[in-house]
Amino acid sequence: MDYRKIGFKAGLEIHQQLDTNKLFCQCPSKITEDIDYSFTRFLRPTQSEMGDIDQAAVEEAKKNRCFLYTASNQSTCLVEADEEPPHHANKEAINTCLTIAILLNAKPIDEIHFMRKIVIDGSNTSGFQRTALIAINGKIDNVKIQTIALEEDAARKIKEKNKTVNYGLDRLGIPLIEIATSADIKNPEHARKTAEKIGLLLQSTKKVKKGLGTIRQDLNISIQGGARVEIKGIQSLSSISKVAENETKRQMGLIEIKKILKHRIKKGDLENIKHIDLTNTLRKSNSNIIKKLLKNNASCIKAIKLPGFHGLLKQRDTRLGRELAVYARISTDIGGIIHSDELPGYGINEKEKKEIEKILGNKENDAFVIAIGKETTVNNALQAVIKRAKMFLDGVPEEVRRALPDDTTEYMRPLPGAARMYPETDVPPIRITPHHIQWIKKHLPEKIEEKHKRFIKQYNLNEEQTKQIISSGQDDNFEKLAKQFPNLKKVILRTLLNTLPELEKEGIKTENIDNNMLNQVFYALEEEKYAKEAIPKILKYLAQHRQTTIDKAIEACGLKKLSQTEITQIIKKIVDEKKEFIAERGKDSLGPLMGIAMKELRGKADGKIISKILQKEIEKTIISS
Amino acid sequence: MTRRRYIEEKLRAVDAKIGDTIRIIKDGKGMEGVLMPHHEFSGDDIVTIKLENGYNIGVAVDRNTDIVLIKKQKMGIRKTKKIPFDPNKPTISIIGTGGTIACYVDYRTGAVHPATSAEELAFSVPEIFEICNVRAHVAFQMFSEDIDVSHWKKLARYVAKELNNGVHGVIIPHGTDTMGYTSAALSFMLRNLSGPVVLVGAQRSSDRPSSDAAQNLTAAATVASKSDIGEVVVVMHGDISDTFSTIHRGTKVRKFHTSRRDAFKTVNDIPLGKIEDGKIMFNVEYRKKTDGKVLVDDKMEEDVGIVYSYPGLRPEDIPEKKGVVLVGTGLGHVPNRVIPKIKQLIDNGSIIVMTSQCIFGRINMHVYSNGRDLIKAGVISGEDMLHETAFVKLMWALAHGKNREEIERLMKTNIAGEITERTRADTFI
Repeated sequence: MDYRKIGFKAGLEIHQQLDTNKLFCQCPSKITEDIDYSFTRFLRPTQSEMGDIDQAAVEEAKKNRCFLYTASNQSTCLVEADEEPPHHANKEAINTCLTIAILLNAKPIDEIHFMRKIVIDGSNTSGFQRTALIAINGKIDNVKIQTIALEEDAARKIKEKNKTVNYGLDRLGIPLIEIATSADIKNPEHARKTAEKIGLLLQSTKKVKKGLGTIRQDLNISIQGGARVEIKGIQSLSSISKVAENETKRQMGLIEIKKILKHRIKKGDLENIKHIDLTNTLRKSNSNIIKKLLKNNASCIKAIKLPGFHGLLKQRDTRLGRELAVYARISTDIGGIIHSDELPGYGINEKEKKEIEKILGNKENDAFVIAIGKETTVNNALQAVIKRAKMFLDGVPEEVRRALPDDTTEYMRPLPGAARMYPETDVPPIRITPHHIQWIKKHLPEKIEEKHKRFIKQYNLNEEQTKQIISSGQDDNFEKLAKQFPNLKKVILRTLLNTLPELEKEGIKTENIDNNMLNQVFYALEEEKYAKEAIPKILKYLAQHRQTTIDKAIEACGLKKLSQTEITQIIKKIVDEKKEFIAERGKDSLGPLMGIAMKELRGKADGKIISKILQKEIEKTIISS
Repeated sequence: MTRRRYIEEKLRAVDAKIGDTIRIIKDGKGMEGVLMPHHEFSGDDIVTIKLENGYNIGVAVDRNTDIVLIKKQKMGIRKTKKIPFDPNKPTISIIGTGGTIACYVDYRTGAVHPATSAEELAFSVPEIFEICNVRAHVAFQMFSEDIDVSHWKKLARYVAKELNNGVHGVIIPHGTDTMGYTSAALSFMLRNLSGPVVLVGAQRSSDRPSSDAAQNLTAAATVASKSDIGEVVVVMHGDISDTFSTIHRGTKVRKFHTSRRDAFKTVNDIPLGKIEDGKIMFNVEYRKKTDGKVLVDDKMEEDVGIVYSYPGLRPEDIPEKKGVVLVGTGLGHVPNRVIPKIKQLIDNGSIIVMTSQCIFGRINMHVYSNGRDLIKAGVISGEDMLHETAFVKLMWALAHGKNREEIERLMKTNIAGEITERTRADTFI
């Protein structure tokens, strides 16, 4: 597709959790499921600038949900509970943002002012999110960076039941850097590449969190004749280009549908659409859905005609039917709707479809939508469907959509107006002096691309290994250890890249294994106190027994390295026992016997030595027999 | 010229006032935004502007920086509203005094302002009109740490006037820091109360969506309009959840936490009751409201001080005042070396009352010799009174007793629920 021709424009917004303590208290930025205490709160709308309060908003707040906060003492304090004013903003987080700003060629603000952004969905106990602009006007390749902001992450939504929303407080207050680009991105692949570049740059600071949910990417997209659509929550890099492609197709599809509809109907045709009751018509249907939903006596079935929509509701890129269903679901508690383009289906047969069309007076180009449930729910759902259907006459609406796991998107809410922000008076402004910026510039991390080249050259690694060690975040550890034990480079690499993650998968607490411990492990290996095959066993032991030494670990694992004589003795015994087998197979017996020997000697002797001795002993036996 | 003066003049020269849109041109680059007030902790050379995206930033301005006025702000018209009246509902008075509960933020500039009328306060919690009719007044506007005896007197007269004019009860929104002192003072100054007098505050200002002001104020309105209490009480959050509020007796209540919603606790007694889902539940007996006229008895002797004992306290640390409340250690002790000074002050006519830093529990100076020496010197036991309450009561007693014996008798008599003779086991933390 020629993205330039269709006027493709996109901007990225990247939210990345920083790996420091929380932004406004000294709690560790740690996600934990433990619950030590809980409390419930309500949030209410506040006075407007003009000093009054919207009565409708108060009514809304009254209906509004109650928020149950559950929290652990490990990761929260009174600040998260909104029971203590915020402390000073975390210096490390600010310095990390400034570092990223410099790496992105952005201009830091002279004095940082934290703001309160009003959010009353309960995700912040205070009813606002604290956020500050740190730098502006940066650039990465040909993409402008508009703003770099530092904000606090919101509480983690756990579940919603009836009118109570349960949030976990652990995530609240984790520093988030928000990087927003201008709409300079030219095509979906460009979006992915830009996000990847920014991602690598963030990683190079070593101060960002890793793992699922620690980075969230939003995408703003529009094409010629389309509209600005904001897509929230794209989880992975590879999804970015796919989501962008799908959104482009969706917008193009909607523009096409607009043309078709213009051709088929007039604007007024979607006004005054009647809800027609079909309860009696469909009562005897064999459809399981209808049977199930009609079990409730208060339920009814109603339908509306959608003039001109025949054949448009189920198209792959636009999926108008699904769009209508989402609108219905958001405005009521209805499970879903049924539309004519998916019939026959759901147990509703062709005959029944024809009958509905007859009752509704449908012509060739007309479609229909059915809703089943309580009468008020059905009415509201169909009303929402008509509202959305009318919008298709205007093409693409500006809106916020949610990225789904299959890289398509779903309607979330209309585009928000300008955020209402006012100063966080509890946090003093922070002056960023030229001197401070000098210091940041002096301590910039090595750029990932440079580090990549250097690793290949300096440590003689291949492309893939280098990529792996850098993206694992173990590159610093590797450097330190590889410098100290140049002969063990490969073992070190394997330990950091494979052994430790594997142990972690087994549930071993690898965070107990610090650098000092690794140092001892490799030192002992260099001293040939044990064989490298035993590293997993030793690390496992060390992780589980914190107050121990490497020597004790080697001994406890029964891995003391054997002397040449001891090895020879054990091998002689094996060869002796398998004399007949050797006589039968001759030199070919080496393989099977090696297996037996390794079983007995793994970790106590180097494989190569074992093989050599075994070969010798086998030859001896063959000769003597 | 100081840097600040220089910047102020630069702004004045282009007629840029707070709220106006300006452009700051620096190194050939311009930045446009709405001029904001200067923050106390901002740098001297900083001009704060609000960008179009809503963010405030501080821009350093020097001699090479240009400031241009882009446009003057449009003045909005603040709506004034009438407070509704429903003849079927009881009427209460709200008498504003200032404090967190009455603060709100001007969203345009971000400055925190006190609500200039009790109407504004009532309107920020419109639910209050579902409970009662409200008459709003402002007695004064100040942070509670600046409140003194003269303000207590003014408040007492205001309350009496309102109750005598027939309102069912009175709510006094008050800064939380010294709310306990004011509630104690009003308890001694007001006699024959014909309705509840409810002090209420907030630990989170009412401009925040999470403010405790709304719950506290509606709970206070429930007590003021629906209960038959004839006492001065404090109503505040009972828990860190927004579930219930607690009614504390005005002479037994103290702020125990700098920031939590449930900072206020009743000491050496259990709270009078609580309000949950709009219903009042009482725990203990209380003084019922009377039919009669409310009397103000606000004579106070202001020459009273509080001395907190500590290791190393010296005789000269005890001031020569007509009244001194000692906040002693344990059962009621001070370093032995200050006792002669205390005796000398008492002999010269001072009244000295002992209370305890333990806060919980009763004074008993008979147990150790240090205490017995204090009794011999003439120190009066504050019983189980809070030292804040004892301080207020001593001011009141000094102005009401003719001689030492009378003052001592007043201090030892329970006047407004400040002394309990029995301490229930369930009154400790």
